[in-house]
Amino acid sequence: MTAVAASGGSRRTRLRYVTERRGVLATLLISPAVIFITALVGIPLGLAIYLSFTDATGGSLTGKWIGIANFRTEWHNPIFRNALWHTFLFTVISQAVVVLCAGLLAHALVRSFRGRWILRFFVLLPWAAPIALTATGWYWIYGAGIPEASVFNWFFVHLHLESGATVTNWLGTPRAAMSSIITVQAWRTIPFATVIFLAGISSIPQEVDDAAAIDGATGLKKFWYVSLPLQLPIALVAVLFGIIFTATDMVVPYILTNGGPFNSTQVLTTWAFQVGIVSGNVGEGAAIALFMLPLLAVVTVAMLVFARRAEVT
Amino acid sequence: MTRTWRHKVFPYVVVVPFAIVLGFPFFWMAVTSLKPNVDVYNPSKTWSFHPTLASFGFLFHHTDYLTWLKNSCFVGLMVVAITLAVALPAGYALARLAGHVGRSLGVGIFLTYLVPPTLLFLPLSRVVAQYLHLSDRLWALIVVYPSFTIPFAVWLLMGFFKAIPQELEDAALIDGCSRFGALVRIVFPISIPGILTVVIFTFSLVINEFVYAITFISSSTNRTLAVGVPTGLIRGDEYNWPGIMASILIASVPLALVYNGLLNRFIAGFTGGAFR
Repeated sequence: MTAVAASGGSRRTRLRYVTERRGVLATLLISPAVIFITALVGIPLGLAIYLSFTDATGGSLTGKWIGIANFRTEWHNPIFRNALWHTFLFTVISQAVVVLCAGLLAHALVRSFRGRWILRFFVLLPWAAPIALTATGWYWIYGAGIPEASVFNWFFVHLHLESGATVTNWLGTPRAAMSSIITVQAWRTIPFATVIFLAGISSIPQEVDDAAAIDGATGLKKFWYVSLPLQLPIALVAVLFGIIFTATDMVVPYILTNGGPFNSTQVLTTWAFQVGIVSGNVGEGAAIALFMLPLLAVVTVAMLVFARRAEVT
Repeated sequence: MTRTWRHKVFPYVVVVPFAIVLGFPFFWMAVTSLKPNVDVYNPSKTWSFHPTLASFGFLFHHTDYLTWLKNSCFVGLMVVAITLAVALPAGYALARLAGHVGRSLGVGIFLTYLVPPTLLFLPLSRVVAQYLHLSDRLWALIVVYPSFTIPFAVWLLMGFFKAIPQELEDAALIDGCSRFGALVRIVFPISIPGILTVVIFTFSLVINEFVYAITFISSSTNRTLAVGVPTGLIRGDEYNWPGIMASILIASVPLALVYNGLLNRFIAGFTGGAFR
């Protein structure tokens, strides 16, 4: 009886002794996260790479090894080439707009002023609302295939910028469709970038501001020589985030145009979905999606470099 | 004098136009949601119409909207629970684990957040169907979503835990608490505001998710909001736009209110996270 109690006690103390060691406890605490991520990100990523070298079709996870045939087919496919170009345009233009707008907004929102709470609420709305839903809302704003129903066209007609007879089909003509999806992507990213820029601005210690003021730096000068360099690292992190989430996201183009009209808004992600899921060529779809990897790698390295700099401030 | 005046006006000059432009789609959605369905395509009735709440009735009684809402909430809560169970200990350990290993692990976990669903959905759709036998089940989403919520949550939590002084725990240890006991009794209670922030953002990541949801789920009653609204509110070829707009507003406005309230904490977590 006592022996059992003693041995039980000693096992408990031993267990306790082991968990008191920092290394062991840390490993115990971190490993579930690492296992989960390895299983659901690492392994699928490996599978995606494997699939891209096979002729796997819908309903199977295996296929005949066909080397780089999928990559070669797609590389010579004009739709794919255009999708690459569209992805580039979609990302670069929308994010350039975002940086300008968010920079301006953050500098205004960092001040305290009457009515800030409600104004900030409207600024945050596009970020907080689920994008699949708001993209559907935009589909309607653009007229949902019936140009006369678009509220934009109502404005344009009434401002005499276009005649009622020939209103723009925002999602139905190639050039307008591309601008339309870029607009929505910029619209949904501005609040997030603003928030991160705000974080960057508020991370500058008050002392720095005071010192700059004492040294006579004011207005634009202070912004250019003091505030901007200090915010730059964290702002760059926000930009890189925006680039990754825009280049690899498919919700906005998928819901608004689904790559159309005539593939004029087809981006890598919608094309991968079209080929891999809709047409069922899993191998080829995986190959298309993998073209995102080099971009991811470059942006990630850049992000790490800037994140390290951000640490210095 | 003019300087202070300019100082005061500057925020309004910038923020008011942006608030109008960014908020306009929601304003238009609200207007449309109050329109009778017969008037939506009529340009002469753009602003003049008899407002009605019929679209809300349609939404609640003649569509699966409430089911999708319930599904989204169910998946959201389950994923939040899994995420907290895994990310709380990991975030804490990474915040306290000094040195090279801790830092690289933290950055490594964060980087997995950047691997997009659009890269993983093809293999995962096969894994879900063939190995997990979860095609068209909400559980497929509950299993897969933590793959992006955990890295995000670990990263935010790390920032919050770093802000808690080590001395507090040391005091508990001296008073005879075990390390684990100090974690549960001291660290977690003071981190509740941070944890709450993580809960909200995890939940909203889940509500937002679209790519996996549209790939794994096929039947209407198993859809989540993000997929149900764009694909399921169409009767034949006919869109009920007032109903669709109502469905968007109902899901969006509460989230935006919560975001606005939690914004400062989110900023604190972001700047205190992996980058510090």
